[in-house]
Amino acid sequence: MTLHASTFTRRGGRSYLAGAGALGIALLFALVFIKGGYLLTVMQLAMIYGVFCVGLNFFMGYTGQASFGQNAFAAIGGYGSAILCVQFGWEPVLALVASMAVAGIASLVVGYPTLRLRGHYLAMATFALGLITYDLSVQWTGLTQGYMGYSGIPPLGIGPFTVEDERMKLVCLTAILLLGLWISGRLRNSRFGRALRAISTSELGAAALGIRISRYKLAAFVIAALYASAAGSLFAHVVGFISPEVFGLQMVVVTFTMLYVGGVGTVLGPAIGAVIASLLPEIVRSTGRFQDTAYAAVLILMLIYAPKGLSALAGDGRKEG
Amino acid sequence: MDGSRQMPALLEVSGLSGSYGRVAALKPVDLRVEEGEFVTILGPNGAGKTTLLRAISRLVAGAGRVRFKGRDITGLPTHRLARLGIIMVQEGRGLFGEMTVHENLLLGAYGLGHRSEEIERRLEQVFDLFPKLRERATQVAASMSGGEQQMLAVGRALMAGPKLLMLDEPSLGLAPKVAAGILDTLGELNRNGLGILLVEQKAPLALKLAQRVYVLASGSVQAELPAQGIQSHHDLARFYFH
Repeated sequence: MTLHASTFTRRGGRSYLAGAGALGIALLFALVFIKGGYLLTVMQLAMIYGVFCVGLNFFMGYTGQASFGQNAFAAIGGYGSAILCVQFGWEPVLALVASMAVAGIASLVVGYPTLRLRGHYLAMATFALGLITYDLSVQWTGLTQGYMGYSGIPPLGIGPFTVEDERMKLVCLTAILLLGLWISGRLRNSRFGRALRAISTSELGAAALGIRISRYKLAAFVIAALYASAAGSLFAHVVGFISPEVFGLQMVVVTFTMLYVGGVGTVLGPAIGAVIASLLPEIVRSTGRFQDTAYAAVLILMLIYAPKGLSALAGDGRKEG
Repeated sequence: MDGSRQMPALLEVSGLSGSYGRVAALKPVDLRVEEGEFVTILGPNGAGKTTLLRAISRLVAGAGRVRFKGRDITGLPTHRLARLGIIMVQEGRGLFGEMTVHENLLLGAYGLGHRSEEIERRLEQVFDLFPKLRERATQVAASMSGGEQQMLAVGRALMAGPKLLMLDEPSLGLAPKVAAGILDTLGELNRNGLGILLVEQKAPLALKLAQRVYVLASGSVQAELPAQGIQSHHDLARFYFH
Protein backbone atom coordinates (compact mmCIF):
# COMPACT_ATOMS: atom_id res chain seq x y z
CA MET A 1 0.00 0.00 0.00
CA THR A 2 2.80 2.36 0.96
CA LEU A 3 4.59 1.43 -2.23
CA HIS A 4 1.55 2.25 -4.33
CA ALA A 5 1.10 5.56 -2.57
CA SER A 6 4.72 6.55 -3.08
CA THR A 7 4.60 5.45 -6.72
CA PHE A 8 1.51 7.54 -7.22
CA THR A 9 3.17 10.55 -5.58
CA ARG A 10 6.31 10.09 -7.68
CA ARG A 11 4.26 9.83 -10.87
CA GLY A 12 2.15 12.78 -9.84
CA GLY A 13 5.32 14.75 -9.13
CA ARG A 14 6.74 13.85 -12.52
CA SER A 15 3.53 14.83 -14.31
CA TYR A 16 3.61 18.13 -12.44
CA LEU A 17 7.24 18.67 -13.42
CA ALA A 18 6.55 17.79 -17.04
CA GLY A 19 3.58 20.17 -17.13
CA ALA A 20 5.58 22.94 -15.46
CA GLY A 21 8.45 22.37 -17.89
CA ALA A 22 6.18 22.51 -20.94
CA LEU A 23 4.52 25.68 -19.61
CA GLY A 24 7.93 27.24 -18.89
CA ILE A 25 9.18 26.55 -22.42
CA ALA A 26 5.93 27.88 -23.94
CA LEU A 27 6.20 31.09 -21.88
CA LEU A 28 9.86 31.43 -22.85
CA PHE A 29 9.00 31.13 -26.53
CA ALA A 30 6.20 33.70 -26.15
CA LEU A 31 8.55 36.12 -24.38
CA VAL A 32 11.32 35.73 -26.95
CA PHE A 33 8.80 35.98 -29.79
CA ILE A 34 7.28 39.22 -28.47
CA LYS A 35 10.48 40.84 -27.29
CA GLY A 36 12.57 39.90 -30.34
CA GLY A 37 16.16 41.15 -30.57
CA TYR A 38 19.22 39.17 -29.56
CA LEU A 39 17.32 36.47 -27.66
CA LEU A 40 15.54 35.62 -30.88
CA THR A 41 18.90 34.77 -32.46
CA VAL A 42 19.89 32.73 -29.39
CA MET A 43 16.68 30.71 -29.67
CA GLN A 44 17.16 30.21 -33.40
CA LEU A 45 20.61 28.76 -32.74
CA ALA A 46 19.14 26.65 -29.92
CA MET A 47 16.66 25.11 -32.38
CA ILE A 48 19.47 24.38 -34.87
CA TYR A 49 21.62 22.79 -32.16
CA GLY A 50 18.50 20.93 -31.06
CA VAL A 51 18.22 19.31 -34.50
CA PHE A 52 21.90 18.33 -34.30
CA CYS A 53 21.49 16.86 -30.80
CA VAL A 54 18.34 14.88 -31.67
CA GLY A 55 20.41 13.16 -34.35
CA LEU A 56 23.42 12.66 -32.08
CA ASN A 57 21.03 11.08 -29.58
CA PHE A 58 20.30 8.25 -32.02
CA PHE A 59 23.92 7.20 -31.96
CA MET A 60 24.97 8.14 -28.44
CA GLY A 61 21.70 7.85 -26.56
CA TYR A 62 19.65 5.08 -28.12
CA THR A 63 22.59 3.00 -29.38
CA GLY A 64 25.04 3.87 -26.59
CA GLN A 65 28.02 4.56 -28.87
CA ALA A 66 30.48 7.44 -28.59
CA SER A 67 31.01 9.88 -31.44
CA PHE A 68 33.10 13.03 -31.21
CA GLY A 69 32.98 13.61 -34.95
CA GLN A 70 29.39 14.46 -35.89
CA ASN A 71 30.54 18.06 -36.50
CA ALA A 72 32.11 16.68 -39.70
CA PHE A 73 28.63 16.00 -41.10
CA ALA A 74 27.36 19.40 -39.96
CA ALA A 75 30.26 20.86 -41.94
CA ILE A 76 29.21 18.86 -45.01
CA GLY A 77 25.69 20.26 -44.62
CA GLY A 78 26.85 23.83 -44.04
CA TYR A 79 29.41 23.92 -46.83
CA GLY A 80 27.16 21.93 -49.15
CA SER A 81 24.38 24.48 -48.77
CA ALA A 82 26.79 27.41 -49.07
CA ILE A 83 28.57 26.13 -52.17
CA LEU A 84 25.45 24.94 -53.98
CA CYS A 85 23.54 28.16 -53.31
CA VAL A 86 26.32 30.76 -53.64
CA GLN A 87 28.37 29.17 -56.42
CA PHE A 88 25.67 27.37 -58.38
CA GLY A 89 22.50 29.28 -57.50
CA TRP A 90 20.57 26.27 -56.16
CA GLU A 91 17.36 26.64 -54.22
CA PRO A 92 18.17 26.52 -50.47
CA VAL A 93 15.80 23.62 -49.73
CA LEU A 94 17.22 21.58 -52.60
CA ALA A 95 20.75 22.39 -51.43
CA LEU A 96 19.83 21.24 -47.92
CA VAL A 97 18.44 17.95 -49.18
CA ALA A 98 21.38 17.36 -51.55
CA SER A 99 23.85 18.08 -48.72
CA MET A 100 22.02 15.61 -46.49
CA ALA A 101 22.37 12.98 -49.20
CA VAL A 102 26.12 13.67 -49.48
CA ALA A 103 26.48 13.51 -45.68
CA GLY A 104 24.53 10.25 -45.62
CA ILE A 105 26.80 8.65 -48.21
CA ALA A 106 29.91 10.01 -46.45
CA SER A 107 28.73 8.58 -43.14
CA LEU A 108 28.16 5.19 -44.78
CA VAL A 109 31.66 5.18 -46.27
CA VAL A 110 33.31 6.38 -43.07
CA GLY A 111 31.09 4.45 -40.67
CA TYR A 112 31.50 1.03 -42.27
CA PRO A 113 35.17 0.59 -41.24
CA THR A 114 35.09 2.91 -38.21
CA LEU A 115 32.20 1.24 -36.41
CA ARG A 116 34.16 -1.99 -36.10
CA LEU A 117 35.89 -0.18 -33.25
CA ARG A 118 34.38 0.00 -29.79
CA GLY A 119 34.43 2.28 -26.76
CA HIS A 120 37.40 4.62 -26.49
CA TYR A 121 38.78 3.51 -29.84
CA LEU A 122 35.56 4.46 -31.60
CA ALA A 123 35.51 7.79 -29.76
CA MET A 124 39.08 8.53 -30.88
CA ALA A 125 38.39 7.52 -34.49
CA THR A 126 35.32 9.76 -34.71
CA PHE A 127 37.24 12.57 -33.02
CA ALA A 128 39.87 12.24 -35.76
CA LEU A 129 37.10 12.44 -38.35
CA GLY A 130 36.02 15.82 -36.96
CA LEU A 131 39.62 17.07 -36.92
CA ILE A 132 40.23 15.95 -40.52
CA THR A 133 37.06 17.70 -41.69
CA TYR A 134 38.05 20.87 -39.86
CA ASP A 135 41.50 20.75 -41.44
CA LEU A 136 39.98 20.20 -44.88
CA SER A 137 37.65 23.17 -44.43
CA VAL A 138 40.67 25.35 -43.57
CA GLN A 139 43.15 24.04 -46.16
CA TRP A 140 40.94 23.29 -49.17
CA THR A 141 40.51 26.96 -49.96
CA GLY A 142 39.46 26.31 -53.58
CA LEU A 143 36.28 24.70 -52.28
CA THR A 144 35.70 26.21 -48.84
CA GLN A 145 37.43 29.60 -49.11
CA GLY A 146 39.43 28.68 -46.00
CA TYR A 147 39.18 30.95 -42.95
CA MET A 148 37.27 33.51 -45.04
CA GLY A 149 34.34 31.14 -45.20
CA TYR A 150 31.17 31.81 -47.18
CA SER A 151 28.92 34.83 -46.79
CA GLY A 152 25.78 35.85 -48.60
CA ILE A 153 24.15 32.45 -48.22
CA PRO A 154 20.45 32.91 -49.04
CA PRO A 155 17.80 32.36 -46.35
CA LEU A 156 15.77 29.18 -46.24
CA GLY A 157 13.05 28.96 -48.81
CA ILE A 158 11.96 27.58 -52.13
CA GLY A 159 10.92 29.51 -55.24
CA PRO A 160 9.28 32.81 -54.35
CA PHE A 161 8.82 31.74 -50.71
CA THR A 162 11.73 32.74 -48.48
CA VAL A 163 11.88 32.96 -44.70
CA GLU A 164 13.57 36.32 -44.06
CA ASP A 165 11.67 37.60 -41.03
CA GLU A 166 13.54 36.68 -37.82
CA ARG A 167 10.37 35.61 -36.02
CA MET A 168 9.30 33.44 -38.94
CA LYS A 169 12.77 31.90 -38.97
CA LEU A 170 12.24 30.86 -35.35
CA VAL A 171 8.80 29.44 -36.16
CA CYS A 172 10.24 27.53 -39.12
CA LEU A 173 13.19 26.17 -37.10
CA THR A 174 10.88 25.18 -34.24
CA ALA A 175 8.67 23.28 -36.68
CA ILE A 176 11.72 21.48 -38.12
CA LEU A 177 12.92 20.57 -34.62
CA LEU A 178 9.46 19.29 -33.67
CA LEU A 179 9.42 17.17 -36.84
CA GLY A 180 12.86 15.82 -35.90
CA LEU A 181 11.61 15.02 -32.39
CA TRP A 182 8.50 13.30 -33.73
CA ILE A 183 10.58 11.10 -36.02
CA SER A 184 12.95 10.36 -33.12
CA GLY A 185 10.07 9.41 -30.81
CA ARG A 186 8.44 7.20 -33.42
CA LEU A 187 11.68 5.41 -34.24
CA ARG A 188 12.67 4.98 -30.58
CA ASN A 189 9.55 2.94 -29.89
CA SER A 190 9.67 0.99 -33.13
CA ARG A 191 11.29 -2.39 -33.80
CA PHE A 192 14.31 -0.48 -35.07
CA GLY A 193 14.52 1.68 -31.93
CA ARG A 194 14.14 -1.30 -29.61
CA ALA A 195 17.03 -2.99 -31.40
CA LEU A 196 19.19 0.14 -30.97
CA ARG A 197 18.37 0.30 -27.26
CA ALA A 198 19.11 -3.39 -26.87
CA ILE A 199 22.55 -2.82 -28.40
CA SER A 200 23.07 0.03 -25.96
CA THR A 201 22.46 -2.33 -23.01
CA SER A 202 24.30 -5.41 -24.27
CA GLU A 203 25.71 -6.01 -27.74
CA LEU A 204 26.10 -9.72 -27.15
CA GLY A 205 22.61 -9.98 -25.68
CA ALA A 206 21.17 -8.22 -28.71
CA ALA A 207 23.11 -10.43 -31.13
CA ALA A 208 21.82 -13.52 -29.29
CA LEU A 209 18.29 -12.42 -30.24
CA GLY A 210 19.17 -12.19 -33.92
CA ILE A 211 19.97 -8.48 -34.12
CA ARG A 212 22.73 -7.68 -36.59
CA ILE A 213 24.79 -5.28 -34.51
CA SER A 214 27.03 -3.76 -37.18
CA ARG A 215 24.10 -2.91 -39.45
CA TYR A 216 22.14 -1.18 -36.71
CA LYS A 217 25.11 0.81 -35.46
CA LEU A 218 25.75 1.97 -39.01
CA ALA A 219 22.09 2.93 -39.46
CA ALA A 220 22.16 5.00 -36.25
CA PHE A 221 25.40 6.64 -37.36
CA VAL A 222 23.89 7.56 -40.75
CA ILE A 223 20.72 8.96 -39.14
CA ALA A 224 22.86 11.08 -36.79
CA ALA A 225 24.83 12.32 -39.81
CA LEU A 226 21.62 13.26 -41.67
CA TYR A 227 20.39 15.31 -38.71
CA ALA A 228 23.85 16.91 -38.30
CA SER A 229 23.94 17.82 -41.98
CA ALA A 230 20.46 19.35 -41.78
CA ALA A 231 21.59 21.38 -38.74
CA GLY A 232 24.70 22.56 -40.61
CA SER A 233 22.60 23.63 -43.61
CA LEU A 234 20.06 25.37 -41.38
CA PHE A 235 22.88 27.29 -39.70
CA ALA A 236 24.17 28.44 -43.09
CA HIS A 237 20.75 29.60 -44.28
CA VAL A 238 19.69 31.26 -41.01
CA VAL A 239 22.97 33.06 -40.19
CA GLY A 240 23.99 33.60 -43.82
CA PHE A 241 27.66 32.99 -43.11
CA ILE A 242 29.83 29.98 -42.31
CA SER A 243 33.52 29.45 -41.61
CA PRO A 244 35.57 26.48 -40.36
CA GLU A 245 35.21 27.68 -36.75
CA VAL A 246 31.44 27.17 -36.82
CA PHE A 247 31.95 23.40 -37.16
CA GLY A 248 35.05 23.11 -34.99
CA LEU A 249 35.79 21.50 -31.65
CA GLN A 250 33.57 24.03 -29.89
CA MET A 251 30.55 22.47 -31.59
CA VAL A 252 31.48 19.03 -30.21
CA VAL A 253 31.77 20.37 -26.65
CA VAL A 254 28.58 22.43 -26.82
CA THR A 255 26.45 19.63 -28.28
CA PHE A 256 27.75 17.10 -25.74
CA THR A 257 26.82 19.51 -22.97
CA MET A 258 23.35 19.95 -24.44
CA LEU A 259 22.80 16.22 -24.80
CA TYR A 260 23.81 15.38 -21.23
CA VAL A 261 22.05 18.36 -19.63
CA GLY A 262 18.81 17.51 -21.44
CA GLY A 263 19.05 13.74 -21.04
CA VAL A 264 20.92 11.36 -23.29
CA GLY A 265 18.73 8.52 -24.54
CA THR A 266 15.46 10.35 -23.90
CA VAL A 267 13.26 11.69 -26.67
CA LEU A 268 12.86 15.31 -25.55
CA GLY A 269 16.19 15.63 -23.73
CA PRO A 270 18.29 16.82 -26.69
CA ALA A 271 15.85 19.66 -27.45
CA ILE A 272 15.50 20.68 -23.80
CA GLY A 273 19.30 20.56 -23.38
CA ALA A 274 19.79 22.71 -26.49
CA VAL A 275 17.42 25.39 -25.18
CA ILE A 276 18.81 25.39 -21.61
CA ALA A 277 22.49 25.27 -22.61
CA SER A 278 21.94 28.05 -25.17
CA LEU A 279 20.12 30.34 -22.74
CA LEU A 280 22.35 29.67 -19.75
CA PRO A 281 25.27 31.88 -20.92
CA GLU A 282 22.81 34.74 -21.38
CA ILE A 283 21.38 34.21 -17.90
CA VAL A 284 24.79 34.15 -16.18
CA ARG A 285 26.11 37.07 -18.26
CA SER A 286 25.15 39.46 -15.45
CA THR A 287 27.88 37.90 -13.28
CA GLY A 288 30.43 39.77 -15.42
CA ARG A 289 33.96 38.42 -15.13
CA PHE A 290 32.68 35.31 -13.40
CA GLN A 291 30.26 34.27 -16.12
CA ASP A 292 32.31 31.27 -17.22
CA THR A 293 32.64 30.15 -13.60
CA ALA A 294 28.92 30.65 -13.00
CA TYR A 295 28.09 28.76 -16.22
CA ALA A 296 30.28 25.83 -15.19
CA ALA A 297 28.90 25.83 -11.63
CA VAL A 298 25.29 25.68 -12.86
CA LEU A 299 26.18 22.85 -15.26
CA ILE A 300 27.84 20.88 -12.47
CA LEU A 301 24.82 21.39 -10.21
CA MET A 302 22.51 20.18 -12.99
CA LEU A 303 24.61 17.07 -13.55
CA ILE A 304 24.68 16.35 -9.81
CA TYR A 305 20.97 16.81 -9.18
CA ALA A 306 19.74 15.55 -12.56
CA PRO A 307 22.39 13.01 -13.60
CA LYS A 308 20.10 11.50 -16.23
CA GLY A 309 19.25 14.93 -17.62
CA LEU A 310 16.48 17.43 -17.05
CA SER A 311 13.95 15.55 -19.15
CA ALA A 312 14.39 12.42 -17.02
CA LEU A 313 13.13 14.44 -14.03
CA ALA A 314 9.78 14.51 -15.77
CA GLY A 315 9.92 10.79 -16.58
CA ASP A 316 10.85 11.05 -20.27
CA GLY A 317 12.34 7.82 -21.58
CA ARG A 318 11.16 5.70 -18.64
CA LYS A 319 8.22 3.42 -18.14
CA GLU A 320 6.95 2.01 -14.92
CA GLY A 321 4.30 -0.35 -13.98
CA MET B 1 21.50 -51.16 -47.60
CA ASP B 2 19.70 -50.03 -44.46
CA GLY B 3 16.33 -48.58 -45.37
CA SER B 4 15.87 -46.53 -42.21
CA ARG B 5 17.85 -43.33 -42.52
CA GLN B 6 19.16 -42.05 -39.22
CA MET B 7 17.77 -38.65 -38.28
CA PRO B 8 20.50 -36.03 -37.87
CA ALA B 9 20.93 -34.75 -34.32
CA LEU B 10 19.37 -31.42 -33.41
CA LEU B 11 22.81 -30.25 -32.29
CA GLU B 12 26.08 -32.01 -32.82
CA VAL B 13 29.26 -30.50 -31.48
CA SER B 14 32.66 -32.01 -32.18
CA GLY B 15 35.98 -30.82 -30.86
CA LEU B 16 34.53 -27.48 -29.78
CA SER B 17 36.86 -25.39 -27.65
CA GLY B 18 36.47 -21.87 -26.28
CA SER B 19 38.78 -19.18 -25.04
CA TYR B 20 38.77 -15.67 -23.64
CA GLY B 21 41.66 -13.96 -25.38
CA ARG B 22 44.64 -16.18 -24.80
CA VAL B 23 43.04 -18.01 -21.89
CA ALA B 24 41.59 -21.36 -22.94
CA ALA B 25 38.50 -22.06 -20.83
CA LEU B 26 37.20 -25.10 -22.69
CA LYS B 27 39.18 -27.98 -24.12
CA PRO B 28 37.81 -29.73 -27.24
CA VAL B 29 34.37 -31.12 -26.37
CA ASP B 30 31.99 -33.50 -28.19
CA LEU B 31 28.27 -33.25 -27.44
CA ARG B 32 24.92 -34.18 -28.99
CA VAL B 33 21.34 -33.12 -28.42
CA GLU B 34 18.71 -35.16 -30.26
CA GLU B 35 15.41 -33.72 -31.50
CA GLY B 36 13.10 -33.14 -28.51
CA GLU B 37 15.75 -34.20 -26.03
CA PHE B 38 16.49 -32.60 -22.65
CA VAL B 39 20.22 -32.63 -21.98
CA THR B 40 21.86 -31.22 -18.88
CA ILE B 41 25.45 -30.18 -18.38
CA LEU B 42 26.60 -30.49 -14.79
CA GLY B 43 29.89 -29.57 -13.24
CA PRO B 44 31.60 -27.53 -10.56
CA ASN B 45 32.41 -23.82 -10.80
CA GLY B 46 34.97 -23.06 -13.49
CA ALA B 47 34.33 -26.32 -15.32
CA GLY B 48 33.69 -24.52 -18.64
CA LYS B 49 29.90 -25.01 -18.73
CA THR B 50 29.10 -21.39 -19.55
CA THR B 51 31.95 -21.22 -22.05
CA LEU B 52 30.54 -24.28 -23.82
CA LEU B 53 27.15 -22.62 -24.33
CA ARG B 54 28.81 -19.37 -25.34
CA ALA B 55 31.07 -21.16 -27.80
CA ILE B 56 28.05 -22.88 -29.40
CA SER B 57 26.39 -19.43 -29.71
CA ARG B 58 29.64 -17.90 -30.99
CA LEU B 59 29.65 -15.42 -28.13
CA VAL B 60 33.26 -16.45 -27.42
CA ALA B 61 36.01 -17.37 -29.82
CA GLY B 62 36.53 -21.09 -30.34
CA ALA B 63 37.53 -23.88 -32.66
CA GLY B 64 35.74 -27.11 -33.63
CA ARG B 65 32.66 -28.02 -35.62
CA VAL B 66 28.99 -27.44 -34.88
CA ARG B 67 26.14 -29.02 -36.85
CA PHE B 68 22.48 -28.13 -36.41
CA LYS B 69 19.86 -30.50 -37.87
CA GLY B 70 22.61 -31.93 -40.05
CA ARG B 71 23.70 -28.54 -41.39
CA ASP B 72 27.23 -27.34 -40.72
CA ILE B 73 26.84 -24.01 -38.92
CA THR B 74 30.46 -23.63 -37.84
CA GLY B 75 31.52 -20.01 -38.09
CA LEU B 76 28.04 -18.53 -38.48
CA PRO B 77 27.72 -15.29 -36.48
CA THR B 78 25.54 -15.17 -33.35
CA HIS B 79 22.64 -13.33 -34.98
CA ARG B 80 22.42 -15.92 -37.77
CA LEU B 81 22.35 -18.76 -35.22
CA ALA B 82 19.47 -17.02 -33.44
CA ARG B 83 17.59 -16.79 -36.74
CA LEU B 84 18.06 -20.56 -37.18
CA GLY B 85 16.38 -21.15 -33.82
CA ILE B 86 19.35 -21.59 -31.48
CA ILE B 87 18.37 -19.36 -28.59
CA MET B 88 20.33 -18.90 -25.41
CA VAL B 89 19.13 -17.61 -22.04
CA GLN B 90 22.29 -16.23 -20.56
CA GLU B 91 23.48 -16.47 -16.98
CA GLY B 92 22.15 -13.43 -15.13
CA ARG B 93 19.20 -13.49 -17.58
CA GLY B 94 20.61 -10.88 -19.98
CA LEU B 95 17.46 -8.77 -19.87
CA PHE B 96 17.30 -5.21 -21.10
CA GLY B 97 16.63 -3.77 -17.68
CA GLU B 98 15.47 -0.27 -18.67
CA MET B 99 12.91 -1.64 -21.10
CA THR B 100 9.47 -2.87 -20.17
CA VAL B 101 8.45 -6.52 -20.03
CA HIS B 102 6.47 -6.03 -23.24
CA GLU B 103 9.45 -4.45 -25.03
CA ASN B 104 11.74 -7.27 -23.91
CA LEU B 105 9.28 -9.83 -25.24
CA LEU B 106 8.97 -7.99 -28.55
CA LEU B 107 12.75 -8.04 -28.87
CA GLY B 108 12.59 -11.79 -28.47
CA ALA B 109 10.42 -11.88 -31.60
CA TYR B 110 12.87 -9.67 -33.47
CA GLY B 111 13.47 -12.32 -36.14
CA LEU B 112 9.78 -12.29 -37.08
CA GLY B 113 10.13 -8.80 -38.54
CA HIS B 114 6.76 -7.04 -38.82
CA ARG B 115 4.59 -10.18 -38.79
CA SER B 116 2.35 -8.70 -36.12
CA GLU B 117 -0.24 -11.52 -36.07
CA GLU B 118 2.41 -14.14 -35.37
CA ILE B 119 4.02 -11.88 -32.75
CA GLU B 120 0.66 -11.44 -31.00
CA ARG B 121 0.06 -15.21 -31.09
CA ARG B 122 3.40 -15.90 -29.46
CA LEU B 123 2.83 -13.14 -26.90
CA GLU B 124 -0.41 -14.82 -25.89
CA GLN B 125 1.37 -18.18 -25.60
CA VAL B 126 4.03 -16.68 -23.33
CA PHE B 127 1.44 -14.85 -21.23
CA ASP B 128 -0.51 -18.10 -20.87
CA LEU B 129 2.66 -19.87 -19.73
CA PHE B 130 3.66 -17.05 -17.37
CA PRO B 131 0.51 -15.10 -16.37
CA LYS B 132 2.66 -12.91 -14.11
CA LEU B 133 4.25 -11.38 -17.21
CA ARG B 134 0.86 -10.26 -18.50
CA GLU B 135 0.26 -8.43 -15.22
CA ARG B 136 3.69 -6.82 -15.40
CA ALA B 137 3.70 -6.05 -19.13
CA THR B 138 4.26 -2.29 -18.73
CA GLN B 139 6.74 -2.63 -15.88
CA VAL B 140 10.44 -1.98 -16.35
CA ALA B 141 12.25 -5.34 -16.35
CA ALA B 142 14.91 -4.28 -13.83
CA SER B 143 12.22 -3.52 -11.23
CA MET B 144 10.90 -7.12 -11.11
CA SER B 145 11.88 -9.86 -8.69
CA GLY B 146 14.51 -12.45 -9.62
CA GLY B 147 11.91 -15.13 -10.34
CA GLU B 148 9.85 -12.82 -12.53
CA GLN B 149 12.98 -11.77 -14.39
CA GLN B 150 13.80 -15.42 -15.07
CA MET B 151 10.26 -15.98 -16.35
CA LEU B 152 10.79 -13.00 -18.65
CA ALA B 153 14.14 -14.35 -19.84
CA VAL B 154 12.55 -17.70 -20.73
CA GLY B 155 9.48 -15.99 -22.18
CA ARG B 156 11.63 -13.76 -24.36
CA ALA B 157 13.54 -16.79 -25.61
CA LEU B 158 10.23 -18.52 -26.47
CA MET B 159 9.13 -15.47 -28.45
CA ALA B 160 11.96 -16.27 -30.85
CA GLY B 161 10.39 -19.65 -31.62
CA PRO B 162 13.44 -21.68 -30.59
CA LYS B 163 14.23 -25.11 -31.97
CA LEU B 164 16.98 -25.50 -29.39
CA LEU B 165 16.76 -23.62 -26.11
CA MET B 166 20.03 -23.28 -24.21
CA LEU B 167 19.85 -22.05 -20.63
CA ASP B 168 22.74 -21.08 -18.40
CA GLU B 169 21.90 -21.66 -14.74
CA PRO B 170 18.32 -20.39 -14.75
CA SER B 171 17.94 -21.24 -11.05
CA LEU B 172 20.84 -19.03 -9.99
CA GLY B 173 19.89 -16.70 -7.15
CA LEU B 174 16.29 -17.93 -6.96
CA ALA B 175 14.42 -19.35 -3.97
CA PRO B 176 14.16 -23.17 -4.26
CA LYS B 177 10.40 -23.08 -4.88
CA VAL B 178 10.72 -20.45 -7.61
CA ALA B 179 13.64 -22.32 -9.22
CA ALA B 180 11.61 -25.54 -9.19
CA GLY B 181 8.71 -23.72 -10.87
CA ILE B 182 10.96 -22.44 -13.66
CA LEU B 183 12.47 -25.90 -14.22
CA ASP B 184 9.00 -27.49 -14.23
CA THR B 185 8.06 -25.11 -17.03
CA LEU B 186 11.15 -26.18 -18.95
CA GLY B 187 10.06 -29.79 -18.49
CA GLU B 188 6.64 -28.94 -19.90
CA LEU B 189 8.22 -27.23 -22.92
CA ASN B 190 10.39 -30.29 -23.50
CA ARG B 191 7.38 -32.61 -23.33
CA ASN B 192 5.90 -30.46 -26.12
CA GLY B 193 8.91 -31.30 -28.26
CA LEU B 194 11.39 -28.48 -27.60
CA GLY B 195 15.04 -29.51 -27.46
CA ILE B 196 16.73 -28.15 -24.34
CA LEU B 197 20.38 -27.89 -23.35
CA LEU B 198 20.59 -26.85 -19.72
CA VAL B 199 23.62 -25.83 -17.69
CA GLU B 200 22.81 -26.20 -14.03
CA GLN B 201 24.58 -26.51 -10.71
CA LYS B 202 21.51 -27.69 -8.82
CA ALA B 203 21.90 -31.30 -9.87
CA PRO B 204 18.80 -32.82 -8.19
CA LEU B 205 16.47 -30.39 -9.98
CA ALA B 206 18.14 -30.83 -13.34
CA LEU B 207 18.35 -34.63 -13.11
CA LYS B 208 14.60 -34.92 -12.65
CA LEU B 209 14.05 -33.41 -16.10
CA ALA B 210 17.00 -34.49 -18.19
CA GLN B 211 17.27 -37.60 -20.32
CA ARG B 212 21.04 -37.39 -20.59
CA VAL B 213 23.78 -35.67 -18.61
CA TYR B 214 27.23 -34.48 -19.54
CA VAL B 215 29.60 -33.94 -16.63
CA LEU B 216 32.15 -31.21 -17.25
CA ALA B 217 35.22 -30.57 -15.10
CA SER B 218 38.45 -28.70 -15.76
CA GLY B 219 37.24 -27.63 -19.21
CA SER B 220 36.54 -31.09 -20.62
CA VAL B 221 33.78 -33.72 -20.64
CA GLN B 222 34.41 -36.27 -17.89
CA ALA B 223 31.35 -38.39 -18.51
CA GLU B 224 28.19 -38.81 -20.55
CA LEU B 225 25.47 -40.58 -18.57
CA PRO B 226 21.76 -41.35 -18.75
CA ALA B 227 20.13 -39.09 -16.12
CA GLN B 228 18.12 -41.97 -14.61
CA GLY B 229 21.31 -43.81 -13.73
CA ILE B 230 22.43 -41.08 -11.36
CA GLN B 231 21.09 -41.65 -7.87
CA SER B 232 22.89 -39.00 -5.85
CA HIS B 233 25.54 -36.31 -5.71
CA HIS B 234 28.05 -39.00 -4.82
CA ASP B 235 27.64 -40.52 -8.27
CA LEU B 236 28.81 -37.24 -9.76
CA ALA B 237 31.46 -36.23 -7.24
CA ARG B 238 33.95 -38.78 -8.50
CA PHE B 239 33.85 -37.05 -11.92
CA TYR B 240 34.22 -33.58 -10.37
CA PHE B 241 37.35 -34.59 -8.51
CA HIS B 242 38.87 -36.84 -11.13
